[in-house]
Amino acid sequence: MLKLPIYLDYSATTPVDPRVADKMIPYLVEKFGNPASRSHAFGWETEAAVEEAREEVAKLVNADAKEIVWTSGATESNNLALKGAAQFYAGKGKHLVTVKTEHKAVLDTCRDLERLGFEVTYLDVQDNGLIDLEAFKAVLRPDTIVVSVMMVNNEIGVIQPIAEIGEICRAKGIIFHVDAAQATGKVVIDLATLKVDLMSFSAHKTYGPKGIGALYVRRKPRVRLTAQMHGGGHERGFRSGTLATHQIVGMGEAFRLARLEMGAENERIRMLRDRLYKGLSDIDEVYVNGDMEQRVPHNLNISFAYVEGESLLMAVKDLAVSSGSACTSASLEPSYVLRALGREDELAHSSIRFTLGRFTTEEEVDYAVKLLHEKISRLRELSPLWEMVQEGVDLSTVQWAAH
Amino acid sequence: MKIHVTLARLARKTRASPKEDEGVATGMVGAPACGDVMKLQIKVGKGGVIEDAKFKTYGCGSAIASSSLVTEWVKGKTVEQALDIKNTQIAEELALPPVKIHCSILAEDAIKAAVADYKKKHVDQAAG
Repeated sequence: MLKLPIYLDYSATTPVDPRVADKMIPYLVEKFGNPASRSHAFGWETEAAVEEAREEVAKLVNADAKEIVWTSGATESNNLALKGAAQFYAGKGKHLVTVKTEHKAVLDTCRDLERLGFEVTYLDVQDNGLIDLEAFKAVLRPDTIVVSVMMVNNEIGVIQPIAEIGEICRAKGIIFHVDAAQATGKVVIDLATLKVDLMSFSAHKTYGPKGIGALYVRRKPRVRLTAQMHGGGHERGFRSGTLATHQIVGMGEAFRLARLEMGAENERIRMLRDRLYKGLSDIDEVYVNGDMEQRVPHNLNISFAYVEGESLLMAVKDLAVSSGSACTSASLEPSYVLRALGREDELAHSSIRFTLGRFTTEEEVDYAVKLLHEKISRLRELSPLWEMVQEGVDLSTVQWAAH
Repeated sequence: MKIHVTLARLARKTRASPKEDEGVATGMVGAPACGDVMKLQIKVGKGGVIEDAKFKTYGCGSAIASSSLVTEWVKGKTVEQALDIKNTQIAEELALPPVKIHCSILAEDAIKAAVADYKKKHVDQAAG
């Protein structure tokens, strides 16, 4: 039996896998010791659990456990990476490069660095959402110290050419940070070959708990950071604060499951995504946002022209989807990511992000397709823009009374 | 809860615009770039009384509900009375949150635009 509403917003967050939850629970009540307590068995037990989880996180991305620093999530990891590297290497230069379609945790951190006297270049993307490597090379300067590019975009799911960017940065001695919050368990990450210096991770996008994440900090060649959280010197001074053992155990187990199951899981999800796309593609005037090839199998971001996104979300209240990222859905602005792709306002206002995941079923996808067909035709009947287009009016020639 | 129920009820009503004929005036306001376009049509009978009103709206649920509400409110009113409908009344009736007040302003503008169109046609007819 179909349970409503149907969750198709796995890029906002994922449920904790029941196997992960089972593993976390003993660390709340029985095994409660502080992992930093060196003087008794309570501490030794939880320290061992934390280190085992660190191994698991490292294994998923083919790194050394010593390169993993626990944080509260990808937002904190991004802050620590960018502020920490910019401040430590400020003597070498003051220029950073990032991309207009990055997550706000990167963009807003860059804005803050600008206030502190750093200069930031926000690179444009092509209309498929990917960065142009020649354009990227052109903005690098002798005083560029840090580059930050996300691996998988949270709104349109496109995969940026991280390996190529890494080569360019390494050749020039520039620190390269990658926000991989949306990438773990979705694309293979091999930090032994990728020339990435810093990488941010989140647990709750990969069936782990909220409130825990990690930052990969490369040891060879060694990357230095100025700490942003001061205190007891935990995590080799990178990030003070008592470790949240149960959260860390959860992240470790979630990443272990991702490593073991991602191959089969991604193929299943790709089939479902393609089924969804096929089901929606016979609606008139639908446009996919972002490259369809260089893209994770979980994501489908579509604009339904002449239907406004928020009214569509209301109309399909049996589907838990979003018109952009969860972090910006409270604002009325159209998605800045779609705008960066050069989408006209009508299309940027009309987009829906479907993100599928571990617990999505074929039945749910079929229900979503049927519901969307119904609701879109009804909202278009109601849309003066659709009526004008049907009558052959070119909307770009209309003089609108902007308000 | 009130807003949710009212919006859902109003937004569910789909309406088709009557085709242009005698005494039908149209007002279109808003812009796709802002995310809202409202088209309000009124059919004005003898003595300037609005006999029927229809809308089409591209916009959020609040915009659709605001335009739906004004079509109900203007019916039976004269064009002059219709101009007395204020956005604050619309916002209050629908319990619109502050970020959605612009929807009620747009609905008020749509009435003004439709009435202006009616007056323009009426004057043209009188002159012709």
